[in-house]
Amino acid sequence: MSNTNRHVLSILVEDRFGELARIVGLFAGRGFNIDALAASRTLEPELSRVVLVTRGDDTVIEQIIKQVNKLLRVRKVNDMATTPHVERELCVVNVRAAGGKGEEELERILRLTGAHVLSHYSGGFTVELAATPDQIDSFLERLRPLGIRDMVRSAPIAIVKPAVEADGVDGTGPLSATG
Amino acid sequence: MSNASSPRPADAPESNDRRTTRAVEPVGETMRGARILVESLIKEGVDIMFGYPGGAILHVYDELHKQASRISHILVRHEQGAAHAAEGYARSTGKVGVCMATSGPGATNLVTGLTNAMMDSTPIVAITGQVATKFIGNDAFQEADIVGITRPCTKYNYLVKDVKDLAETIKEAFYIARSGRPGPVLVDIPKDITANEYPFIWPESIDIPSYKPTVKGHPLQVKKAVDLITKTEKVILYIGGGVVNAGAAPEILELAERLNLPVTPTLMALGAFPPGHAQALGMLGMHGTYTANIAMHEAELIVNIGARFDDRVTGAVEHFARKAQKIHVDVDPSSVNKSVKVDLPIVGDAKVVTRQLIDALPPGPPPERTAWWNRLRDLQKNHPLRFREKGDVIMPQRVLVELADITKGRHICATDVGQHQMWAAQYYPADSPRKWLTSGGLGTMGYGLPAAMGAAMGHPGETVLCISGDGSFQMCIQELATCVHEGLNVKIIILNNNFLGMVRQWQELFYSRRYSEVGMKYFPDFVKIAEAYGATGLRAEKPSEVRAVLEKGLSTPGTVVMDVIVSKEANVYPMMPAGAAHYEIQEEPLDDAPAPEPRELA
Repeated sequence: MSNTNRHVLSILVEDRFGELARIVGLFAGRGFNIDALAASRTLEPELSRVVLVTRGDDTVIEQIIKQVNKLLRVRKVNDMATTPHVERELCVVNVRAAGGKGEEELERILRLTGAHVLSHYSGGFTVELAATPDQIDSFLERLRPLGIRDMVRSAPIAIVKPAVEADGVDGTGPLSATG
Repeated sequence: MSNASSPRPADAPESNDRRTTRAVEPVGETMRGARILVESLIKEGVDIMFGYPGGAILHVYDELHKQASRISHILVRHEQGAAHAAEGYARSTGKVGVCMATSGPGATNLVTGLTNAMMDSTPIVAITGQVATKFIGNDAFQEADIVGITRPCTKYNYLVKDVKDLAETIKEAFYIARSGRPGPVLVDIPKDITANEYPFIWPESIDIPSYKPTVKGHPLQVKKAVDLITKTEKVILYIGGGVVNAGAAPEILELAERLNLPVTPTLMALGAFPPGHAQALGMLGMHGTYTANIAMHEAELIVNIGARFDDRVTGAVEHFARKAQKIHVDVDPSSVNKSVKVDLPIVGDAKVVTRQLIDALPPGPPPERTAWWNRLRDLQKNHPLRFREKGDVIMPQRVLVELADITKGRHICATDVGQHQMWAAQYYPADSPRKWLTSGGLGTMGYGLPAAMGAAMGHPGETVLCISGDGSFQMCIQELATCVHEGLNVKIIILNNNFLGMVRQWQELFYSRRYSEVGMKYFPDFVKIAEAYGATGLRAEKPSEVRAVLEKGLSTPGTVVMDVIVSKEANVYPMMPAGAAHYEIQEEPLDDAPAPEPRELA
């Protein structure tokens, strides 16, 4: 598969018993990939959102989207690759960062990446970063020399950027995006 | 139904808040879940169902006993038979078929039938008993997670966790089963739910916001399609099971005649276009006619209505109809561009879209398409279906030629799966839609007899044929008991070649005649089997006996088994080997040519 691309799908599905199993089972049964998956509630009590990362060429992605849409309780499937969007993943790390030098380096990395300390324990820190998956990859690379004891990453979530509005939330104003 | 003395519990609307539909209805009569289920089935117009009782569904069977004058239940001999019978009933009547089983093994025995209905888009509803709610997940006696097991082989399924939801769930299940691309729906009902009481409130309508099948084709796409069809010479109309499901046969005939198009049906669409019509090319695909397959290969435009470019039709996808542009009309958007990239998709119901196409046609006489028809007539003349007689041995094709001659294709005909199925597809001229019942997508041996039984129940008094093989017939042979018990006019013709013939054919052609586990040793004696079940058993062993046995079998009342001993090593031709292209289709060799070189198979 030379033209295999990563796609983030945002799936709105009725929040009923077994619907997530239907989505996951569809991928398993038809040989589609799931690289990551996050499911959560939405503002509407009867709907859940499943954000799912998959891979495939255009034909496969077309089939995936159609098959997911065909699931009876799926309201909407949004292929984020076709819309401007923001993607975020959460990473929490227990890092040693021993000694003054280690702490200094950790502080530098935190400043650089926007990560911050959640707690401090004897012999290390728990730090977190919410960023794009690529940024988290490089964050972990930077931390590695400091000694990673443990690490956990969430699945990415993504949200569609609303159409540009007048009051400066278009990415150029004072609240300009950092992603 | 209204009963003022049994008020609707105050919490009813809240408990339903995840439901997409809520009918504001007068208060209904309070009754047990089992009765609510039966009343709901009756409301859906169910007058017959196929099933097998057991522990978890006892309350329902008790209710069926009480309501026996309003709804009939046919006791099958194995739950697989119930599922296929529901399919046969559904396919032959156009209504939703219903089957019922208890929890655990009863439910798991339905799985083959559900999968079969899923593949062939047949509307059935399966009701299964489940262990009581408090036991679910405890590995209780006869517990199986049937909702989990059937998730991929149903269009949708339900576990009813509250008696309040039961009536609405049944209404939804029928709606889902028959709408859009039809399919099987399973409703799993724990035993305590069938005992709990609640007012029976039948919802007037169903609305599922996330499920809105597209019925009408996009007008712009329709216009483009008409432009393409009218300006292209070599066009072929390739029709599938969707035409039968949508009841679109009259529109297909009109469209084909208005445009002078050759028509080729898939296995699932046999009967949807008159087989004797001058524009009929016969079935296409792996064992389709030479003409239909070559026509697909040479066409400049393929108009696919209600078919899905199945691999048994396309052969090698990379060689499939490379010269042709493709129009694809399908009610299921996921069928479009699934295996074959199409140039012009139209999502919608086959009947509605075909009518739209007809309405958009320019006035005037049908185009001549002289060159195209000359080519097709030439192919038909030089490459008809053919087989070689072999002296004193009955050729299986001959049996079907005789059957076609006697019946003219007017009876409903079910088949099992294998060589006999393909010969029946080639030679039985089902004269109208819903008269051809076969397991197309899944290829389920054992489908034929129960499907014929379901069709016979849906058409009281009518003769229903079942063409089977000595292998397939034994896979659901127990339903002979049901057929005899119900006094059904099911006429079974076993093309008995002492082999699992289709597998043997592949072993002959592709595995240097290494016949691995395909010999049936002429066991059992099907005439004696028939008699033991109380049916009539007949046998033909010589070509001269075929006609008389068929005539006698068809005219003998009740269930008849005709055991026809046929040539052991007859092969189905034409044949497009798996992974080959349409132009590679092979016909029956005219002499005893050596077996072809073994080749790798897709």
